[in-house]
Amino acid sequence: MKIAIIDYGAGNVQSVLFALERIGFQGSLTNDWNEMKSADKVIFPGVGEASSAMKKLKDCGLDILIPTLKQPVLGICLGMQLMCNSSQEGNTKGLGIFDVDVIRFSNSVKVPQMGWNTIYDLQSALFEGIKENEFMYLVHSFYAPKCKNAIATTDYESEYATALQKDNFYGVQFHPEKSGAAGEQILKNFLLLNSKS
Amino acid sequence: MLTKRIIPCLDIKNGRTVKGVNFVDLKDAGDPVELAKKYAETGADELVFLDISATEERRATLIDLVRKVAASTNIPFTVGGGISSVDDVAALLKNGADKVSINSAAVKNPDLINELAGKFGSQCVVVAIDAKKIDNRWLVHLVGGKVATELDLFNWAKEVEQRGAGEILFTSMDNDGTKNGFANEALTKLSQIVNIPIIASGGAGTMNHFTDVFTDGKADAALAASVFHFQEIGIPELKRFLKDKNIDVRI
Repeated sequence: MKIAIIDYGAGNVQSVLFALERIGFQGSLTNDWNEMKSADKVIFPGVGEASSAMKKLKDCGLDILIPTLKQPVLGICLGMQLMCNSSQEGNTKGLGIFDVDVIRFSNSVKVPQMGWNTIYDLQSALFEGIKENEFMYLVHSFYAPKCKNAIATTDYESEYATALQKDNFYGVQFHPEKSGAAGEQILKNFLLLNSKS
Repeated sequence: MLTKRIIPCLDIKNGRTVKGVNFVDLKDAGDPVELAKKYAETGADELVFLDISATEERRATLIDLVRKVAASTNIPFTVGGGISSVDDVAALLKNGADKVSINSAAVKNPDLINELAGKFGSQCVVVAIDAKKIDNRWLVHLVGGKVATELDLFNWAKEVEQRGAGEILFTSMDNDGTKNGFANEALTKLSQIVNIPIIASGGAGTMNHFTDVFTDGKADAALAASVFHFQEIGIPELKRFLKDKNIDVRI
């Protein structure tokens, strides 16, 4: 299986590569259009600040390519946020794949949310074998509110969409590559998705 | 519900764990990679590696270690000790560290915090603060607590938050090594004046100390070394204990 990990200079890509290795898969880092188009699965990681990450994406022309991909695509953390309509962080226009606007937690809670929280209302093949209220590791200051693309929920300040799906596009706010065995299971589920799902 | 985190801290010298690691069921307790895996399996929420080596080759050895830990461990980890430049941090993150912790370098050059947060994001910037109460004032200390400064703990904490730190690791030198409990009063005050997560360090001796640091001290995470390394407190037992006390933990 050819797994392309989008390398646009924003994100802890090494952790994703290592996680794939632990579950018996090999990913390759790329920002090459052809390599990405021909991959069986595409992973879109990202940490850092939204507007500068978006700028890096644009520098590689990836803002045009990503929404046109036909195979399963998984955005992780900032990757997921950039797949939304917009982010309040740096007033960033997103890729518009998920129909939701990313906003900041208020200061009534500690920001960033950092640590292990539960995911529930799981509604996707991505969560095959994952029990309701499983713990995942999260580090983020901005979040996607509940919306029609939500496939999982987490509660911090309020209930929000901790995972999103639309057609072949998936996004998770948590870090499956850092969330123990359950996180690895979610990555494996993604890799085993039927390409047409 | 976001859970409270339990974080074992491993001191590293020349790529090996030092002092006080006494795991009966490990083949090589000096091997940080094996120890990290063990802790991840038994329910540690994160790990902190503190590099205390002072040799020329320290950087290369540390990066090699970070890669090995990242490859074999499926929970987040922070690396600290002697980190003083953007390049140091870039190399550690590139090789799989999730967060870095800076201490003396942040005091000497506070702009480093802004630079790191801007370049890599606040989520990976932990500012470690060692402090000691002198004449009723909590003063920041440097170089592993050896050098006193005039910097007030609470002012400094506020400043590092404003400069973009994503988390504060506060060690009370008055409590460290005493096994008499964490510095809960100072921790509560820290939580009141900053809105980023606080990791409490220094003083863990009993399971009750962990209950207290989360309830009285309002800490988001608790870090300890010897009680875990000497297996005086097992992480699974500790978590069940905390859960019985109605503290949210990941089990």
